[in-house]
Amino acid sequence: MFALRRSLFALTLAVASFTACKAKPAPAPAPVAPPPAPPPAARPAPPPVNQDSIDRVNRERAAAAERDRMAAATARARATLAEKIFFDYDKDDIRDDQRSTLDAKVPILNANPNARIRIGGHTDDRGSDEYNMALGQKRAAAARRYLVSRGIAESRIETVSFGKERPAMQGENEDAWSKNRRDEFDVVAGGENLRAP
Amino acid sequence: MIPRRFRRMRWDRKFGRMRCLEGVAVLSLVLASSVRAQDTTRTQGVRIGLTYTAGTRPGVYILPVSGAPADSVREIVARDLDFSDRLSVIRPDGGEAPTGALNYALYAQLGAVVVVQVSVTPGGSLHVAVHDVAGTRVLSVVDRALPAPELGPDWRFVVHGASDEVEKSITGERGIAQTRILFERSRSLWIVDADGANAHPVPNTPGGMSAAWHPGGTMITYQEFANDGHHAIAVRDLTSGATKRFTGHGTLNITPTFSPDGNTLVFASGEDGTDLYAVDPNGTEHARRLTLGNGTSTSSPTFSPDGRRIAYTSNRLGHAEVYITDADGTNPVPLTSGGMSEQSFRSDPDWSPDGRRVAYQSKVGGVFQVMTINVRDQSVQALTSEGSNEEPSWAPDGRHLVFSSTRSGVKQLWVIDTESFRTRQLTRGAAARLASWSPHF
Repeated sequence: MFALRRSLFALTLAVASFTACKAKPAPAPAPVAPPPAPPPAARPAPPPVNQDSIDRVNRERAAAAERDRMAAATARARATLAEKIFFDYDKDDIRDDQRSTLDAKVPILNANPNARIRIGGHTDDRGSDEYNMALGQKRAAAARRYLVSRGIAESRIETVSFGKERPAMQGENEDAWSKNRRDEFDVVAGGENLRAP
Repeated sequence: MIPRRFRRMRWDRKFGRMRCLEGVAVLSLVLASSVRAQDTTRTQGVRIGLTYTAGTRPGVYILPVSGAPADSVREIVARDLDFSDRLSVIRPDGGEAPTGALNYALYAQLGAVVVVQVSVTPGGSLHVAVHDVAGTRVLSVVDRALPAPELGPDWRFVVHGASDEVEKSITGERGIAQTRILFERSRSLWIVDADGANAHPVPNTPGGMSAAWHPGGTMITYQEFANDGHHAIAVRDLTSGATKRFTGHGTLNITPTFSPDGNTLVFASGEDGTDLYAVDPNGTEHARRLTLGNGTSTSSPTFSPDGRRIAYTSNRLGHAEVYITDADGTNPVPLTSGGMSEQSFRSDPDWSPDGRRVAYQSKVGGVFQVMTINVRDQSVQALTSEGSNEEPSWAPDGRHLVFSSTRSGVKQLWVIDTESFRTRQLTRGAAARLASWSPHF
């Protein structure tokens, strides 16, 4: 009778510690026999060393490096396309210091003729909610007008307004306001494999 | 059919501000039809039942009653009459419900011009008797069936209607207790009763903003602000839930409003700059452009009560001001133009139901305050000073405004009486803004 209770106890502990193993390495405090260890995972046998396999590994490494380089270029292109531009209070004209940010997008759009972007205009929170919806639209339209003047087809650029509804930064100070008066750029089509120019 | 709200507005216009005889305590009973026939000078009192003098608050004694639900009715009616800001409510704590004939002399001594007696019949009907103290007689009686459940939204709605009838029998003007206010909260539309009770979301209005009522009170219009930044105008039948959508030109379609006859929907739309567009909400025609903003921003239209003019926000001079145009978009002229500094900002107009004033928000010292401007002489009155106060919307009585304010911390809706400046908080909880007061139902 005592022996039966003892082995039930051991079984319970074993189940408990096995369950714990799933979440994290068990501290293994069990005073009784631990559960049987799982069988070691089968490892593939090492390939025989010869010149063919060395070449294959080198080719794979080169391909991986090329993939990484392409991925980095795509990421840079994406980041350049997504880079925000900023506006003065209650203004929608493109500031001189923001032109280079827009100019950098032009070759990427030219290199990716299937890419379409959406420009979202945003405002700081000092105007009225309703007026800011219209102002955000003007800011998006100003960036589109600029890109179109640089040769990008108007049909590739959609403009929307978020007004003051999606602030990039909270706060009632010029730092927050200046970061919230912005256009954001999203690639809405053809953005899977952006090519660097 | 002309909505009740606008029938009443013509009435208001005819009588002007109801500047009345001073110190007159005479009670006279004149039929409403003969009131219409009286002269329209501003020194003449309005005589429906009692002579009600604007600017004074006649004492109204609300009699005690015994037991629910009459006691609940009495509480609501008393608060409704208090919130009217036209009457001075005298409400004894406790006390016995009087039996038999009223001792009018006693109530006169307590300062009451009117006594309101509430009861609920065994069959569940509401009975409100309004007693004329000086005339020692019953002035009017309001009987209403009370829909179950007790204290439910429909039940409260009927009680508020009785309150408004009582107010009309005393002052000649229907009250605003049986009205509701649409607003935006947590990226959805909400509705709350005028006394602050029964706040609830309007189903299936994600991204709903800048809502406005149809003059019939059964439909609303609002802008749907999608997560990707697209905006469409929606018209929702509150009874059936059916929704129609409208666009003007491009992805931005905002700030819709109905004309006073309900037959025209006007909103702001545009790709590069916004203009006002008009469309028949019942038709299939494309929206037609009204204004010629030439790439500037135009928004927030509001009709004059006669439907012939529209006030709106425009930045055509480089910053936001309120303008007025003919309803076809011709003859735009500035309405607000006090200071033309870069920091000036006046926007979000709402034309008063009596046609005389436009409420709007104006930037003062970096924050917005609610103001009214007289359409005829451009005289301005500031109504708020504490916190930031925005987006005023007139009650159908042409006297109260609802607006959003940060004065208590989180932005909430508040109601102000533009005659006495008495102010009360309407909503609590999560932030609320962009209110629109309903017409009479």
